[in-house]
Order: sequence, then structure tokens, then C-alpha cells
Amino acid sequence: MSIPTSSVFPRALEHEAIYIIREVAAQFENPALLFSGGKDSIVLVHLARKAFYPAPVPFPMLHIDTGHNFPETIAFRDRLAAETGIQLLVRYVQDSIDAGKVQEETGKYASRNMLQTTTLLDAISELKLDACMGGARRDEEKARAKERIFSVRDDFGQWDAKKQRPELFDMLNGKINIGENVRVFPISNWTELDVWNYIREEKLALPSIYFAHKRFVIERDGLYWPASPYLNTTESEVPFEATVRFRTVGDMTCTAAVLSEADTLDGVIGEIESAVISERGARIDDKRSEAAMEKRKQVGYF
Amino acid sequence: MDVLKIATAGSVDDGKSTLIGRLLFDTKSITKDRLEAVEAGSRRKGLDFTDLSLLTDGLIAEREQGITIDVAHIYFATPSRKYIIADSPGHVEYTRNMITGASHSEAFIVLIDARKGVIEQTRRHLFIARLLRIRTVFVCINKMDLAGFSETVFEGIRADVKRLAETIGLESTLEFVPAVAKDGDNIALASERMSWYTGKTLLQHLEELPVQKNQDLLPARFPVQYVIRPHSDEHHDFRGYAGKLESGCLRKGQEVMALPSGRTAVIRALYAAAQEVDEVSAGQSITLELDADLDISRGNMIVTTDAACNGSASLQATLAWMDDKKLTPGSAYLLQHGIHTVKAKISAIENRVNIDTLENEEGVSSFGLNDIGRVHLKTARPLFADTFAQNPHNGAFILVDEFSNNTVAAGFIETL
Repeated sequence: MSIPTSSVFPRALEHEAIYIIREVAAQFENPALLFSGGKDSIVLVHLARKAFYPAPVPFPMLHIDTGHNFPETIAFRDRLAAETGIQLLVRYVQDSIDAGKVQEETGKYASRNMLQTTTLLDAISELKLDACMGGARRDEEKARAKERIFSVRDDFGQWDAKKQRPELFDMLNGKINIGENVRVFPISNWTELDVWNYIREEKLALPSIYFAHKRFVIERDGLYWPASPYLNTTESEVPFEATVRFRTVGDMTCTAAVLSEADTLDGVIGEIESAVISERGARIDDKRSEAAMEKRKQVGYF
Repeated sequence: MDVLKIATAGSVDDGKSTLIGRLLFDTKSITKDRLEAVEAGSRRKGLDFTDLSLLTDGLIAEREQGITIDVAHIYFATPSRKYIIADSPGHVEYTRNMITGASHSEAFIVLIDARKGVIEQTRRHLFIARLLRIRTVFVCINKMDLAGFSETVFEGIRADVKRLAETIGLESTLEFVPAVAKDGDNIALASERMSWYTGKTLLQHLEELPVQKNQDLLPARFPVQYVIRPHSDEHHDFRGYAGKLESGCLRKGQEVMALPSGRTAVIRALYAAAQEVDEVSAGQSITLELDADLDISRGNMIVTTDAACNGSASLQATLAWMDDKKLTPGSAYLLQHGIHTVKAKISAIENRVNIDTLENEEGVSSFGLNDIGRVHLKTARPLFADTFAQNPHNGAFILVDEFSNNTVAAGFIETL
């Protein structure tokens, strides 16, 4: 593995993330890396490989498959698992629906975004996970700006903003009681641009949907939604072909595309540097209300 | 690219969130949709201007109460530097959060309302800067528009702060900026309304602050975080000691000592973030291989043979208490020094600092939330530490309650 000699990416952030990941492997018995197929979790996998090099990564990846993922993401996930040799565990939202634990949403904004919380919490208890690493970043959203690096969750996966442990210096306290678990965010201090610069400097592969491609979309609320069998549309919402890319990868029902001709990393980074809409602005699930993210975090959403 | 971590502190209504919002706005770090949300929020509150403080006051409870109640992390960048601001709450019940925010930071921005001047909280903020040995403190005298943009007011407050800093024994470099955060005067752009001020804007100060190199010049302190044993055919005999080099530098071929065993070996290979290198510096996540098997495990300390540190199971430290549950002498806690945890007992409370009078109160039987004072500790095993004054990267610890698992105190080692 090598790093470039001159770096636009602040390398201090890479050292900090590796420190956090090693601390997870040392402090917890049964950790996992939550893999979404998005660029942030791809970066996390790369950092985990560096942290334990030349030994293999000592924990599995867990993917909560909503069934509404982009097919490109799933193909990428399977290829990455095969190439890195990291164990891949998949749990399905469809199974939670079939078991009657959750109900499919209805209406034109229906998505499985809220539903995956139940599947995740069930997976944590089934697999007895005591720590789950995720690629969330504090710059994504105001409620996340206050998240700790080690964030303790109770039996119900809940986050209590008022009861967070102080995190002093670089010392991470991962002590928990039985039934509790910790969500860990190694790239908390990275911004979207940091992630992209890192991907460029480390030459990481990404799912193709991050780059400009032709796709059928519909226009709704000033955003471009990918046409898919999972999206409930009205008669006036007629799909049309456009050249788009995605800045973030969630479900096909709640991730909007941006019109873009950027089909290379340099092109994408150039667009981000002059961006006028923030990353989560294209995540429809956050737009429901200004406090949307904090409310979902309180109930155990990642 | 450099990373500069800064802490902010201020009182309710002195405009701290507005100041940060202004830094983001003026460095063009706010995207269109976020600005639109803030403009809509300002209108909902019936304001006729864009309230930039809404950019950072994140949690629902805060929006309802109009105050900041936790540490928020805010990011912005200029072409030369990435900034991370720990926006800490200012009032007394959040001293804990303020210390937390400042513990990561190289510089501190303290806000003072020009109409009010030095108040009790200013004293507390400067005291915390001293406790954490923050290198540079920027005193931003805000709301100058409400003090008639008066140079006399500014100079008066500057003299008061300097006097206070002397009383407290603050060794930080102090810089003063007169500002109107709401309108951006002297934040990123020089104020036209205060032509008498010819100093730097706040952003200029931040841009020109040298990033800490002292950490490299200190003796090497390498606590072993994780032992890497691949057990593969290709790397059959590989045994790597992984962790963060807290201070100093290490070179390939250098002789090092493992503590507590005291046994020595030579560095055979070094890796920084998985890349093989000849030298590593402070703050890097490294892996090293030695030419001999020394039986080193997590929590052991690797140092150079010419600058080792002594082990001690008895120490004096200043504690900042952070839990609702009080400290009682004789109680046992887990002491986490970096990545190493040992059992510890507080054998005696020496004193408590009254932050308002700066007097040491003797005969104190307990510490409550936000109390700061000197204690004696005994640890179950020797600690390989330095004093906080000698090496802040190896001279601090936290205390963890064995029953609640909460982090209950920050500790700064005074003597070993």
C-alpha cells in the first residue's frame, strides 16, 4: 500500500480513523463494520485494511439490505467482499416485513428507510454485536455534529443526546453493560470533500452510479428521482432520460440524483468544490422536517 | 494540508454561534440548501435578518431554548487549512463540555460582549485555557456596534483581560480582536467601521497560527494499542506493534525499550498507515517490528532508551469532575491513560479551586459536577506517564466509574 507524496487530503484524519478502528478491535469482543455500499463505508473498509495490515481485517461487514438498493451497489458489495476476503453478513428488511415486525409505508414518499432500523436492531441482537462501525460524518447534518465517536446505545438502540459521555483528548471509553452496544464513527471529522480527495489519492473504486450516466428519472419537488419499480409515482410524473450522478447512495426510493456530466473523479470533485446543494440535500428522507435526523437517531436509526 | 482544531467558548447571548456561522458564511462553507433552511428558520422566528446562529444550534432542545447545550463540531476550510471547531457551551453547568471541547484544541476563541466586558464566565474560560495549557487564546470582543465602535471600550476590556490572565497564571499567547459577528466586522474582512483597529482579522490570525510542531520534539511515547499477528504463509513471522505515536519521532534502526519490562530491541521496520517508511512522527498511526521478541502486549509503552519515563503507582493530579454522582475519597475507579486502563483509588483530596476567587479551598470532602481540584491517586499497577506540563500527550487521563461505565473526570498529572 502506498500514499502519494503531496496530499490535498489532510492525512491527520487518516491516522485518527485508523486509531479509532484499532481501538474498536481491541476494546470489543464482537464488532462489525456496517456496510451500506456508499462511498463512506467503502472508505471505512479501506481504512480497516490499513489498520491491520498485513493481517486480515478482524471483523465482518454487515449490510442491511432493504431490497430497494441500486443493483450496482449490490454488485459492488459482493465484489469488494470477494476481493478483500472480509466476511460479509447480509440481513434483509424483506424478512422483517414477512415476519410482520414492520409494515411497508404507503403513498408517494414511501420508502424502507425507517424500516431498516428494526432489521438492524434485530441483527445486532442476533449476532450479539457490541460495536458497529459506520461511515457517518458530523458535517452531514446538524444533529450528527454533536455525535460522539463512541456513541453508546441502550437495549432499544436509542441515542440520548443529553446523556452522552464526554470524550476527552483521544481517549475512547467503550465500556458498556450487557445489552448495550456502541456505534462508532471513525470518519466523524471528515467532510464530503475530504472523502472524495481520499478516494482520489488512494485510487479507490466506487459503484458506477457515483459517476455521470444516462438514467430514467422523474422530477419531484425540484429533485430528480431515479425511476424504479419501488417508487410510487403519480400520472403527471413521467420518467425521462437524463445524464445524472448520485452524491450519496441510499435506497432508490429516497436518493435523488443531480444533473451532471462528471464521469471521472476529477470531474466529480470539481463539481463538489463549487456545489450549491449540500450532500444530504439530495436525501429525501431528511427533508421531511428540519428535525428529521435527530428524531430518527433517537429511535435507533444509524 | 494542515488541520487546526479550535475550541470556542462564550456566554449565553454573546454571539458565539453567530460568530461561527459568520466564519462559515464568509469562507463560503455554507451550501445553498443550508442557507435557505436558515433563512426560512429566521423568518419563522419573525426576524428581519438571517440568523447565522441557526447554522450550528443543532439539537431540538436547543432550538426551543435558544441556547447551546453540548459540544458541536463544525468544519470549514480555506485553500490552506482545514478547521475543526468544537463549539462548546459557555455557562457554568456546562464547564464539563467546555473542557471536553478544549481538550482536542490547539487554540481557544473566547467571546466577550463589549457592553458587559469581563464577567465571571470569562474568568472560567481563561482558567480552563490554563488548565489545558492551550497555546493561543483569541479574545474576540463582540457586539462592538452596541458599544459605539469605541476604541476606549476595546482597550479597557483588553487591559482587564490581561490583568485577569496574569492573576490566573495563564501562559497562553493572547490576541484581541474587536468584532461585530452579526455583520462580519473583523471576522474574515477588516471592519470599515473600526478604522482605529489595524490588527489582523480573526480569520487572518487563524490562518497564520503555526500548527503544533512541539509534539514532535518531545521524547517518543508509543503506547501499544494492538498486536498484529497475521499467521499467514506470506507473513508467517510478522509481529507488529500497532498504535498512535503520541509524541516524538521514531526511526528505523533506533534502539527502543518496552515498559514495564525494561527490555530493549532495535526497530526493524516501520509503517505509517500501512506504508513502509524510515521515520514516523507524532500523531501518526504506526506499526513497528522489532528485531527481538519482547513479549509486548496492549497497554505496554515503547520509548527510546535515551528518554524513558519512570513508572509510578502514586501520583498527584488535578481533576475536573464531570459526573452528577459525586467523587468520594477512598472510592475506586478505572483510570484510562491513553489506551491503557488500570484500577485506581483516590486516596485524598488536597484542595478544590474556587474558580470565582481562584483560591484553593482546603478541607474539601468531595467533588461535585464541574468541580476542579487537586487529588492524590494510587494505581494498581505503575503508570508510565509524564506530567501534563512536560508532555500533555502522555500526561492526561480519564476516570471511568466501574458501575455506570461513565467517564466521570478528566485528570491532569502534576507529579509522579
